[in-house]
Amino acid sequence: MKLEARILLLLGLFFGLMVAVYWPWSHETGGSIMIFAGMLLGFLPGSYYWWWSRRMAPRPEDRDDGSLEEGAGVIGSFPGSSIFPFTLGMGAFCSVLAMVFGIWMLIPGVGLIFWALTGATAESRRSGEH
Amino acid sequence: MTKVSSVDSTPQPPKGAKSRVRLSRRVRGFLALPVAALILSGCTVPSFGAYESNTETGRSTYHLWQGFSIAAAIIGGLTLLLILWAVVRYRRKSVDAIPKQTQYHLPLEWFYTIVPILIVFGLFAATVVVENKVTAEPKPAVTVDVQAVQWGWSFSYPGTNALITGQTTQAPMFEIPAGENVHFVLNSTDVVHGFYLRDFNFSRLAIPGIANQWTFNAINTGEFFGQCTELCGLYHSIMYFRVKVVTPSEFKAWVAKFNTPEGARAAEAAALASKQQLSSIIPTRPTTNHGVN
Amino acid sequence: MTDVLEHAAAEGHSHDEHGHDEHHGPSGLLKWLTTTDHKIIGMSYTITSVIMLVVGGAFAELIRIQLMSPNGTLVNYAQYNELFTMHGSVMIYLFAGPFAFGALANFVVPIQIGAPDMAFPRLNALSYWLYLSGSITMLLGFFTAGGAANFGWVGYAPLSNAANSPGAGADLWIGALLLTGFSAIFTGVNLVATIFYLRAPGMTLFRMPIFTWNLLVTGILILLAFPVLTAGLIMLFADRHFGTHIYEVAGGGVPVLWQNIFWFWGHPEVYILALPFFGMTTEIISVFSKKPVFGYKGMVFATLTIAALSLGVWAHHLFTTGTVLLPFFSIMSLLIAVPTGIKMFNWIGTMWQGEIWFSTAMLMALGFVITFLIGGLTGIYLASPPLDFFAHDTYFVVAHFHSVVMALVFAGLGGLYYWGPKMTGYLLDERIGKSQFWLTFIGAQLLTFPMYILGLKGMPRRMANYPHDPQWKFMNDLSSVGAFLIGIGTLLFVVNIVYSWKRYPAGDNPWDAGTLEWFTSSPPPHHNFYRLPQIRSERPTWDYNHPDKKALAHGHAAPEGNH
Ligand code: HEM
Ligand SMILES: [Cu+2]
Ligand SMILES: [Cu+2]
Repeated sequence: MKLEARILLLLGLFFGLMVAVYWPWSHETGGSIMIFAGMLLGFLPGSYYWWWSRRMAPRPEDRDDGSLEEGAGVIGSFPGSSIFPFTLGMGAFCSVLAMVFGIWMLIPGVGLIFWALTGATAESRRSGEH
Repeated sequence: MTKVSSVDSTPQPPKGAKSRVRLSRRVRGFLALPVAALILSGCTVPSFGAYESNTETGRSTYHLWQGFSIAAAIIGGLTLLLILWAVVRYRRKSVDAIPKQTQYHLPLEWFYTIVPILIVFGLFAATVVVENKVTAEPKPAVTVDVQAVQWGWSFSYPGTNALITGQTTQAPMFEIPAGENVHFVLNSTDVVHGFYLRDFNFSRLAIPGIANQWTFNAINTGEFFGQCTELCGLYHSIMYFRVKVVTPSEFKAWVAKFNTPEGARAAEAAALASKQQLSSIIPTRPTTNHGVN
Repeated sequence: MTDVLEHAAAEGHSHDEHGHDEHHGPSGLLKWLTTTDHKIIGMSYTITSVIMLVVGGAFAELIRIQLMSPNGTLVNYAQYNELFTMHGSVMIYLFAGPFAFGALANFVVPIQIGAPDMAFPRLNALSYWLYLSGSITMLLGFFTAGGAANFGWVGYAPLSNAANSPGAGADLWIGALLLTGFSAIFTGVNLVATIFYLRAPGMTLFRMPIFTWNLLVTGILILLAFPVLTAGLIMLFADRHFGTHIYEVAGGGVPVLWQNIFWFWGHPEVYILALPFFGMTTEIISVFSKKPVFGYKGMVFATLTIAALSLGVWAHHLFTTGTVLLPFFSIMSLLIAVPTGIKMFNWIGTMWQGEIWFSTAMLMALGFVITFLIGGLTGIYLASPPLDFFAHDTYFVVAHFHSVVMALVFAGLGGLYYWGPKMTGYLLDERIGKSQFWLTFIGAQLLTFPMYILGLKGMPRRMANYPHDPQWKFMNDLSSVGAFLIGIGTLLFVVNIVYSWKRYPAGDNPWDAGTLEWFTSSPPPHHNFYRLPQIRSERPTWDYNHPDKKALAHGHAAPEGNH
């Protein structure tokens, strides 16, 4: 986890240096804000991972000598199949088409999204995996 | 022909102007050597397909092009040779031969990291020298206000009555004096257009709300073709213009013509004179069936 | 499409050597609609994006036919604007991007790190459905009264505002980009989370195959870049329909803001497209030279450097606006050549003293390397503002980026020849493959070289005709011949798929490759592995098969252990 954190922090640092050069030189707000946001996108998750990595023992995948036996057991639960990504996608599809073909398409759009969100939540509660 | 509304003559200075890098005198002296050598030997260095250009700054650009091309030819040639050598030399000899599993060679890796960095800074230094010339704003003898609209151009000269306007294949022709600094202020009232003079190795965008400015100095007299290079809608393909470079005295006389209505009419007619020529090669064709404002 | 997928999935079961697939989900169409399996999603992505390549390619052929005469009459001005807009948009948004980070990446990355699936399988499925509906949305433009979007794939404001582009096609284009944009963001989240959290024990970051490394960095870049585009599009839509004036001078807005926002996404996007293809090439060259990736750590460093620099170069697309800090963007852009050069030399170093097997996949990778060399070198010119003033918006630029994107197409085809057998269980025919390679390779060079010359002669891009300069015809004709060769090559690819259908069983590891996906069956079982080898380098399968052939540093006789 340390290395993951370091990569993000280094990227953030690089963008920080970049905006420190770019802003005083150009006084261009738009680009400076965007690079600054890039810096935050490196620093925020980076420092979270850093904070975490100092509080945990290196995982088997962080260690050169990590062996397969250490990984035995549950990796995580993976959903087998679910219709809700599809319904959510189609809901988004209809909603976007509503921007063009008329607001009425929001009815199926929002309907499908609502169905997908409630359905997926319920599915996760039931832990709809195999 | 529609008249284009006249140009707003209070342009803001371009922000690009303050973006110049000053190189110390010593660095400049150091750089001047190869650049000068290149310029002196200009006739022996191949053109690499580019035009020499009809402006001083365009010629600097051309020499920069030559310099970059030499660098690219050397680097690209060497790299290609290495690739081809590897491909020819290391084709597999037998199906189950396993070569030595070399993975690192640090000195070599450092070599091909450092050397490109040096090359890049060399190219950058040459770029800065030429860029400062191209973006320099020496005191102009003449200012031209260029206004781009869908799909034509108008050229006016602040402080005078001269005004040339024309659309698409009328290819309006404006005039500038040779050997004098001509300052351009480029504007657009509708969408983004591109002002491109291929024989001058130069282009700039015409953007609503921004006065894009530069100065150049044409060398030879003659007529040169230009056209819009930034997609601007339906007739972008044929948004032509021309520039006629004349002697300074001819230029003065031309500008003076606009002081009388008859003279102005004559000059404008002359500016669109080749209209027949151009439009004869452009067939009348169905232009649109849909999707156009 | 459903049928094909169904087959592929069904094969997955029948050819499962271990024979006991414990997964009993729905079957048929419902299976495709409800799947969350990264392999099936990767397959769907692959098929959809290759179809988009063919669609975009068909538009390109029409463009090239139009340009074979100075007064081309195949289409009129309005249709021509639609054609290149949709060619560029389909190719970039619907082919290159999704193929790069959705297709092979989706299939291969989890397997390469020994994971059973992506970290968020349902989100992964959602990515695909958004991508598919985005693709349909964009193409729907052709069926509206006003035609498809026609303001170029970059949609510069104010040409893309309501007054200048009133049609529904423009809104569909925006909608499509919103859908595919969210799809990309979700994929980015998924890639980063998968690589951070689901690696097998011993698979440290510096033991990940370069392909996976590049997708990690691609994922991060997606998260940095795509939200900017999405925000920009929402503002564009607001300008068009809700009366805001963000990009309009009239209400105090700034048209170049769009250019800044677009390219702040657009340049990182170039690397979002390119990095996965770099990764494919790296894997292929290493495997078919029978050597580890030369300069592995340098390769990782180069990838990270490219990503970092790519956020600071957007305004090299704005040099001619006269509004940007020329030296800053010039040096940043030139510097990207350094890590790219490192990669180039690492590829050569990997081949050096190898035992190169010229399979179709390897030929395609070599096609990538050579074509990309040309595209990379001509890109350096454009990083120099004075040279950009001279070449901007001419065919020189079109030639430059087609050298690059055709190189990416080679890498992608190489990836399909290389990983296709893993995905389907069957090899593609090598003879047809090699003919396809040579046609496409010669075609690609013949397509781009005349374009460079045309650019230098002053032919601007996006020209429906060029009556004022009929002597450009010759070069345009050559370029069109190149395009037709590429077209025939692509047809051969389809022929190859049909011809090789279930013809040559691949086995687990037809190429003697080294990464984990070659340890499992072809296609892999549900959740990918029944067993894993011990992971002690970035080539665990190689170490398992050739325990005495570990990677070495130069001058070291003994194995270095871990590096
Ligand atoms: C058969 C292969 C291809 C051919 C013959 C081809 C041809 C062309 C031509 C002639 C243009 C210029 C149109 C104009 O400016 O008037 C163009 C533009 C473009 N092409 Fe391609 N192309 C091919 C493949 C690709 C691929 C694989 C990609 C991307 C992955 C791509 C992306 C683009 C883009 C982004 C544009 C710019 C569109 C615009 O100006 O808005 N092309 N193509
Ligand atoms: Cu135009
Ligand atoms: Cu760029």
